[in-house]
Amino acid sequence: MEESIKAAGSDDRGFLGGERGLRSWIFSTDHKRIALLYLWSIMSFFLVGMTLGFLIRLELIAPGATIMGAQTYNALFTLHGVIMIFLFIIPVVPAVLGNFLLPLHIGAEDVAFPRLNLLSWWFYLIGALMALASLFTGGGPPDTGWTFYVPFSTQTTTNVTVAAWAVFVLGFSSILTGLNFLTTIHRLRATGVTWNRLPLFVWAIYATAWIQLLATPILGLTVALIAIERIFQIGLFDPARGGDPLMYQHLFWIYSHPAVYIMILPGMGIISEIIPTFSRRRIFGYWAIAVSSLAIAFAGSMVWSHHMLASGMSDMGVFVFSLLTFLVAIPSAVKVFNWLATLYKGTIWLAPPMLYALTFLVLFSIGGLTGLVVGSAGTAIHTHDTHFVVGHFHYVMFGGAIFAFFGGLHYWLPKIYGRMYNLRLATWAWGILTVGFNLLYFPMFILGMQGMPRRYYDYLPQYTTLNVVSTVGSWILIAGLLLMLWNLWRGSRSGPPAGMNPWGGRTLEWTIASPPPKENFPGEIVVSTDPYDYHTGEGHS
Amino acid sequence: MSQTHGSYGTAKLGMWLFLFTEIILFGGLFVLYAVYYYFHPQGFASASHELSLGFGTVNTLILLTSSLFVAASLSALQKGERRLTLLLLSGTILVALIFLVNKYFEWSEKFAHGIYPNGPAMPNLAPGEVVFFALYFVTTGLHGIHVLIGGVLLTVIAFGVRRGSIHQGDYVKLENSGLYWHLVDLIWIFIFPLYYLIL
Amino acid sequence: MVQQGHIVPYRTFILVWLTLMVLTVVTVAVSRLDLGAWKIWTALGIATVKSALVVFFFMHMKYEPLYYRIYLYLTLVILAIFIGLTFSDVHYRMTP
Repeated sequence: MEESIKAAGSDDRGFLGGERGLRSWIFSTDHKRIALLYLWSIMSFFLVGMTLGFLIRLELIAPGATIMGAQTYNALFTLHGVIMIFLFIIPVVPAVLGNFLLPLHIGAEDVAFPRLNLLSWWFYLIGALMALASLFTGGGPPDTGWTFYVPFSTQTTTNVTVAAWAVFVLGFSSILTGLNFLTTIHRLRATGVTWNRLPLFVWAIYATAWIQLLATPILGLTVALIAIERIFQIGLFDPARGGDPLMYQHLFWIYSHPAVYIMILPGMGIISEIIPTFSRRRIFGYWAIAVSSLAIAFAGSMVWSHHMLASGMSDMGVFVFSLLTFLVAIPSAVKVFNWLATLYKGTIWLAPPMLYALTFLVLFSIGGLTGLVVGSAGTAIHTHDTHFVVGHFHYVMFGGAIFAFFGGLHYWLPKIYGRMYNLRLATWAWGILTVGFNLLYFPMFILGMQGMPRRYYDYLPQYTTLNVVSTVGSWILIAGLLLMLWNLWRGSRSGPPAGMNPWGGRTLEWTIASPPPKENFPGEIVVSTDPYDYHTGEGHS
Repeated sequence: MSQTHGSYGTAKLGMWLFLFTEIILFGGLFVLYAVYYYFHPQGFASASHELSLGFGTVNTLILLTSSLFVAASLSALQKGERRLTLLLLSGTILVALIFLVNKYFEWSEKFAHGIYPNGPAMPNLAPGEVVFFALYFVTTGLHGIHVLIGGVLLTVIAFGVRRGSIHQGDYVKLENSGLYWHLVDLIWIFIFPLYYLIL
Repeated sequence: MVQQGHIVPYRTFILVWLTLMVLTVVTVAVSRLDLGAWKIWTALGIATVKSALVVFFFMHMKYEPLYYRIYLYLTLVILAIFIGLTFSDVHYRMTP
């Protein structure tokens, strides 16, 4: 196998070479090119979302209207939420890294349905453009928050209808991606890639794909009902006409809670790849981590109403969902303990990907544990709709999912572009980012405990100090982000050649050239190695 | 398992996974139905009485028959009986049309009585009846769209069989479109008792 | 490339179709009886039998690999969770 693989690496531009021009990209069915289409479009929206977040924090630097009024603020936090959730975090890891790596990890030439894969990206693009269109058409940008709660969302004059259809189209993109990945994992594994030789990233993508498949249709239905409600006034959620507004919240969270696991599970998969590579040890508890991904996906479908503990749901509902919520903590903790056990006595190399992975462990644990505070029936009443919740989900989503994604970018960009970024600069960027992150979001826990509500452009003067700290934190965070992105961008354009396997990884993508050739592997391959086959005591080169 | 298994099983697995998403999509409407039925049993019963049992039953019988046609058309193609395949597919497409025409008359009749979203008859109805009709229009509307898509899909497939691009050695497109059509039938099997028989 | 799926005989399909016809008539007939709360469960029970016939024979599920059936049941379990757990709220609410 080894000699034939070397022969395939003769063209050092790999899949990046060959056909040129815009058409060769936007109509490409190569999973690697589609991954990059996603990378560039998703990162563009990330920058938009980041700018909106920056403006939100700037408004909150002092009480009263600082740079904008209430209506603008409402529109801004709605857009920040819609863009960051539907256009960034949900698709980013599966669509970018999943697309690039899944076929490589299982020794396949492409995904099962390459044209459907391209169609998914087009759906993403169309959905994104529709979301943008909702800003400038109809009655102005939506101001409902990203949750589109009734009755406000069915009555407000702002352009919720177009935004709802945008989410509907984005849902299609997500479903088709999940369908494609599930089929790929089932049908296209190379000979020798058995279920117990799948990299844990693939297991995470597999679990995620099931959630994309079985939860997203409910979102499609829910936002379609909002749009239909606004057009025809059918009254499905109107108590005067026999409907029930809480049923909207049920339907919305039946999807949107599992969606949290669409965001975090692939991130956990990245961590499961980075930690063994940079501690030179076989992953501890392979099956425990693989099965816990499935367990999180399954348990995640049973806890949605913990978002509604203060909504007026029945006491029995509050009790049942609060209890079930604690179930999810178990498989999450199983993962954390197995990662720690992998690190134990390992030969640890603190390269940038590993720094992000270790930061993930800390930030995700803080986010997860504060999640139990907001998910418990009693404490939820105190913290509900305060900045405590804002702090909690930014620790989970940003500190968890996005830090994992950044770790993954630092780990795999040298494979994708074949060039290495500046490691020193990357470490600095990581440091600035981490400091800024904690300054930005940690004060929110305290503010929330003290009673500062979320989604208001104004606050009482006693909250000023911590809000200033938080806003200054946002500046540091953005400085770190921009430095990181610039370093990665420059590195992938003009960095020194990274070589086939800069980190000493053991999964299949490290056995081929960087960037990988268009056809990935030379014909059908036979795999006889384990993805975590590290000899104990082997150092880093 | 390796790539040598070819694309037949791959395409079929993909189609089944897609059908699961369809089941969940309609499932969301069944969640709403279950809850609102629980809240308004009387309203649902009296509103259900307004629906035409005749239309409902006929549509059920012909849709089940069309499922037989599609299933048999696949067996026919597998045996190389191309003419029979085309005949059975034409029968299915005809049934799809009859179903939609029936639906059109059924809805028109409701509209004529002022029963439609925000219609003149709605304020006089009990809340349970209003929400029953809201669900009825959304559910049968969404199902009708699926019948339409299925009919168009099978028409395209029929032309493929005629041209010979779909044949005894390569019939997965027919099989997958058939699966889609059966799903449309499957959903109707539940819509029928829930909307027409609860009175 | 010759695709090798299972060929189901016409006779099987016709028998299934006849059963479906009979079950449709039965479910309509039963709905005329006064069964009280059992009415909806009877109707749903018959619908479940009918849909099982369609899935297993018309849709060839009987002849597919085991994991197809496992995935189908998984989907149904998830749907049951969605409906069932919603009722942990709805069933105990005082007013709609």
